[in-house]
Amino acid sequence: MALQGKAWKFGADVDTDAIIPARYLNTSDPAELAKHCMEDADPEFPNKMQPGDIIVADKNFGCGSSREHAPIAIKAAGVSCVIAKSYARIFYRNAFNIGLPIFECAEAAEAIEEGDEVAVDAARGIVKNLTKNETYQATPVPEFMQQIIDAGGLIDYVAKRLRPTDQA
Amino acid sequence: MMGMTITEKILAAHAGMDRVEPGQLINVKVDLVLGNDITAPVAIREFDRIGVETVWDRERVVLVPDHFVPNKDIMSAEQAKQLREFARKHRLTNYFEVGRMGVEHCLLPEQGLVGPGDLVIGADSHTCTYGGLGAFSTGVGSTDLAAAMALGETWLKVPESIKFVFNGELPRWVGGKDLILYIIGQIGVDGALYMAMEFTGPAIEALNIDGRMTMANMAIEAGAKNGIVPPDEVTRAYVENRAKRPYTFYQSDPDANYARVIEIDVSKLEPQIAFPHLPENTRPVSEATDVAIDQVVIGSCTNGRLSDLQLAAEVLKGHRVSDNLRLLVIPGTQEIYLQAMKEGLVEQFINAGAAVSTPTCGPCLGGHMGILARGERALATTNRNFVGRMGHPESEVYLCNPAVAAASAVLGRIAAPWEVE
Ligand code: SF4
Repeated sequence: MALQGKAWKFGADVDTDAIIPARYLNTSDPAELAKHCMEDADPEFPNKMQPGDIIVADKNFGCGSSREHAPIAIKAAGVSCVIAKSYARIFYRNAFNIGLPIFECAEAAEAIEEGDEVAVDAARGIVKNLTKNETYQATPVPEFMQQIIDAGGLIDYVAKRLRPTDQA
Repeated sequence: MMGMTITEKILAAHAGMDRVEPGQLINVKVDLVLGNDITAPVAIREFDRIGVETVWDRERVVLVPDHFVPNKDIMSAEQAKQLREFARKHRLTNYFEVGRMGVEHCLLPEQGLVGPGDLVIGADSHTCTYGGLGAFSTGVGSTDLAAAMALGETWLKVPESIKFVFNGELPRWVGGKDLILYIIGQIGVDGALYMAMEFTGPAIEALNIDGRMTMANMAIEAGAKNGIVPPDEVTRAYVENRAKRPYTFYQSDPDANYARVIEIDVSKLEPQIAFPHLPENTRPVSEATDVAIDQVVIGSCTNGRLSDLQLAAEVLKGHRVSDNLRLLVIPGTQEIYLQAMKEGLVEQFINAGAAVSTPTCGPCLGGHMGILARGERALATTNRNFVGRMGHPESEVYLCNPAVAAASAVLGRIAAPWEVE
């Protein structure tokens, strides 16, 4: 999958209530959650972003609650990936589990400006700023996380483990 | 060979290993898994995709509807129904229906479902609360919960530990909430990212079990994986007649390895207030007394336990709630509610002009039962003051301990307990 789009910048400590406010958590329907993605950080975000666009944020992205609805909302909105200086640990794990690509890259988080066209080579963790003609290297993904990605997400990983003969 | 921390010992024991090192990825057996009415519907959807017949152990998958119950609208009723039906289908012994439930992190310790030395994961970030009993517990997402419901196992990265040593005697009106707010103010909301926070020292030994759970509860607010208090006689007295399973007391070795050791003298500490919109924006209460308040909330998995209600009632005694604000009191569980009635606390709250509710998360996450309008300000004994946490994105939440909450409810502004004595 090509990860490419326009960068939307956010600050430090973007919390899960900002990503998807609890008032919308009476459903877990991805399409519904997508309508309110990042709403309390930027009310216009769901309307102005285009599929493929990239969220670029400072440190501790996704802090707060364990709600998986946060990465689900981002993914369902069509955001191709998130680049941040660092992530809160539950968000980090959830993003991998549900298949939202995320990259830890302080250099990219500093250098990329809102509106820059950005492309990411997910396999090698290379972030390219097409507007500024720069490249940045993201922190490599822990091997164990990579195994989950290769299996197609945590559920497929577990399903394979529990039903090793079932190749379907 | 270097000693181990309490966190490392619990993880090693559940991984079937003699020792573990920070950074190591391990597969661990869990003692209990937990979901609620927001996170379990997603977990159930994922669980059904795995294709197993049933859960790994029907006594150890705990479901607690507490966020939007009693059902606040049709959609939340549908979510609660999914839990109920899943619990029936898989004959779960620990599904807690409205009328028998409580805020999950008050309920599980009270019911003896978690104990010292346990390893618990829950699809709720405040699962770290059980560290107050000397357990390793941490929050995960719904997909991790689904996998653990099937396997009874999960994957964890062994965290480095920060040791906090609280020295000195706690001043009157200063408790666990103030200690944890104070250190989050010092280290920041990512100051313990991916790490274990170990709370030790004479001031911790002097804290009751409720205060210890309050501290562990907010470890996540510093980004930590877990918070933990070494178990002692206070712990034993609490778990002795509750624990439904055997428990183990683990202690850190004297030569255990810590990423940092932080010493704090508590003897001059004041009650702490966290200003909007992050728990790290803390100030002593005496520097916050000019903030007018519209609503005060006493409750939640942080401070909705019996001793919290007792403290609030003590401060409220002989006073009435200010005409300019609403005071909401939400006991953490039915048992706490009942005990508060027996002790006359509920009557006292109502006589003072407060609303007392059945246990629910309710306003803590801006769910229901006390949502803020645009421009309104709340002071709460809860754990998060993010933008829009309790209602309108242009409302504000301040965090404090139950004594400060009660004093402020009387004076209509943030106030220190000694102002109403
Ligand atoms: S009381 Fe608040 S913080 Fe605790 S579980 Fe409920 S919503 Fe979460």
